[in-house]
Amino acid sequence: MSDLRELYQEVILDHSKHPRNSRALPAANHHADGHNPLCGDRLKLYVQVDNGVISDIGFTGAGCAISTASASMMTEALKGKTIAEAEATFQRFHHMLTGAPDEQPPEEEVEALGKLGAFAGVREFPVRVKCATLAWHTLQAALKDQPAPASTE
Amino acid sequence: MTTTTPSRPSRQTPKPFRFDAAAIRRDFPLLQQQMRGKPLAYLDNAATSQKPQAVIAAIARYYNSLNANIHRGVYELSADATEAYEKARSKAAQFIGAYDPREIIFVRGATEAINLVASSWGFISIKPGDEIIVSALEHHSNIVPWQMVCQRQGAVLKVIPMNDAGELDLDAYAKLLNYRTRMVAVTHISNALGTINDVERITTMAHDAGAKVLIDGAQSVPHLAVDVKALGCDFFVFSGHKVFGPTGIGVLWARAQLLEAMPPYQGGGDMIASVTFEKTTYNVIPAKFEAGTPHIAGAIALASAFDYVNNIGFDAIAAQERDLLDYATQELSRVSGLKILGTAAHKAAVISFNLDGVHPHDVGTILDGEGVAVRTGHHCCQPVMDRLNVPATVRASFAFYNTRDDVDRLVAALGRVKEVFG
Ligand SMILES: Cc1ncc(COP(=O)(O)O)c(C=O)c1O
Repeated sequence: MSDLRELYQEVILDHSKHPRNSRALPAANHHADGHNPLCGDRLKLYVQVDNGVISDIGFTGAGCAISTASASMMTEALKGKTIAEAEATFQRFHHMLTGAPDEQPPEEEVEALGKLGAFAGVREFPVRVKCATLAWHTLQAALKDQPAPASTE
Repeated sequence: MTTTTPSRPSRQTPKPFRFDAAAIRRDFPLLQQQMRGKPLAYLDNAATSQKPQAVIAAIARYYNSLNANIHRGVYELSADATEAYEKARSKAAQFIGAYDPREIIFVRGATEAINLVASSWGFISIKPGDEIIVSALEHHSNIVPWQMVCQRQGAVLKVIPMNDAGELDLDAYAKLLNYRTRMVAVTHISNALGTINDVERITTMAHDAGAKVLIDGAQSVPHLAVDVKALGCDFFVFSGHKVFGPTGIGVLWARAQLLEAMPPYQGGGDMIASVTFEKTTYNVIPAKFEAGTPHIAGAIALASAFDYVNNIGFDAIAAQERDLLDYATQELSRVSGLKILGTAAHKAAVISFNLDGVHPHDVGTILDGEGVAVRTGHHCCQPVMDRLNVPATVRASFAFYNTRDDVDRLVAALGRVKEVFG
C-alpha cells in the first residue's frame, strides 16, 4: 500500500481533481492531439510559442488521475520556459520514470524536477508510465507540428 | 480432479448441484498464487481463464510422449499424434452439439475464425450493395473483419442498436433486415456488459430474410452448454483460452455444405490434395482450412479442458455463476457512487461499473495493489463505450472457480480506492 501512496501523492491527486491550465487556446500557434489507447485517454494540447519561449500553454481532455495531473503539472512547469528548457525537462522526467522499477532514481534528478518529482512513484507501476508521459509526448508532437495524434503506443 | 470422457448425452443430463469450490480451486495452480503479496482474486475471466492442472498436464504429456507431426508420418508416433488431434476435433464437435467433426476447423481463436469466414465466405458471397449486420455489443474482432469485407467488396455494414441497459433492440433489427442482408454476425454474450443475446431469435429472423448467421461464442462456451443445432446458426466461433484451454487454439464450426463451397483461407501444406505448378487441387474439409502444421498440443489440451468442464457440468457452473452474479450485483450496488453499466435482464456473470469521480484506470491500479485482478479500459468494445458515453469501465468477470470471498475482496478494495481518492 505504501507504493500506492507513492503513486497517488497529494499533489498529484490535487492536480487531477483541479487541473491547472485546463482550457483550450484556439489561437495558439502549436497544438496536437494525444491518445493513450490502453486506457482511452485523449488529450488536446495548445502551446503558444513566442521567440522560442512557451508564453502560454493549455490542455483539454479527459483521462485518469495520473495523466490529468501530469498534463496539469507539465503546463505549470513549462509556462515561461524556453523550448530547450522544456526539452531538457522532458528528458529528465522520462529518465526518472523509465529506470528499473526496483532502483531509486538519483535524488538530484528528482530534485531538479521540482514538483514534477512527485511522479517518481510511477516508476514502480510500469503499466502507468504511459499515463504520466502522454502529455509530454503530445507536447513534442505539438512543437514539431506533427499532424497525426501522438500515441503512447 | 480426474477427467472422464463423457459420452455425448451426459452433459445434457442434469447433475445435482454439488459444488465444492475449494476442491475446484485446488485444480488451478495459478489461483494458489499471490499478487502484490496478497492472495489473488482473479476477476478477469472474460479476458482469459485460468487453466486446470489437467490442461497443463495434457500439454506436457503431448510434448513428453506424443510429439510428432500429424497427417504425414507412417511411423507409430505420428499416427498416435494424428489420432489424438482428430479425437480433439471430435470432442470439440461434441462440446458444441455438432454432429460432424469435419465441421470443426481448428484456428488460433475467435478472431482468426471470424477473419476466416469474412475472408473466405465473404469472398464468394458478398456483392456490391449487399448488407452485413453486426450489433452494438460486438467485440472489435466481430466488427473490423466485416468492415474490411465491406470496403473490399462494396457492401454496407449495419448495426443493431442497443438500449441503455445493454440489450439489443430486436424491433430495430427487424427493420434492418431485407433482401440485401447476407450476413448477421452477433455475439452470444457481450464481453463488456455480460448481456446474453437472444441468438435463437436473431438467427430465425436472419434466416427468414435469407441471410446467414455467425455467432461469436467466445464468451458463451465457458458459461453455458452450447448446442449449435438448437441455435440454428451457420457459423459458430470461440477461443480455447477463454474456456480453460491454452492460448493459440480456437474453433470455427460451420455447416459442411458451407465449408465445402468456401475457398481456402490460407494455402500451404495439409490443405492440398495434389500440387503441380500448373494446378493445385484442394483437400477436403476440414483439412482444406488447416494449412500448415496446426497447434497440435493446443487442440489436445483444449479437449482436456472440455473434459474438465463437462465433468463439473454446466448445471453446476450456471448455478455457481448465478450466485456470484447476484451476490456481486447486490454488494456492488451498496457501494456509494458506483454505477453498474449493463443491466440486461438476461445476463452472464460479468459486471462493468464505474466509480464516481475516479477513472477506471486508477481503480484498476488500486485494486491490483489489493490482489484483485480486474480489467479496465474499453474491453475492445469502443462502440459500446461510446454508446454508454464513458471512456472506459472497470470490469469484474467471473468463472465457476470464483467465490463470494472474491466478491468481498473486490468490495473491500473499492473501499481503498475511496480512501486514496477521498
Ligand atoms: C466476445 C468476444 N469475441 C471475440 C474475442 C476475441 O478473442 P481472441 O482474442 O481470443 O481471438 C473476445 C476476446 O476478448 C471476445 O470477448
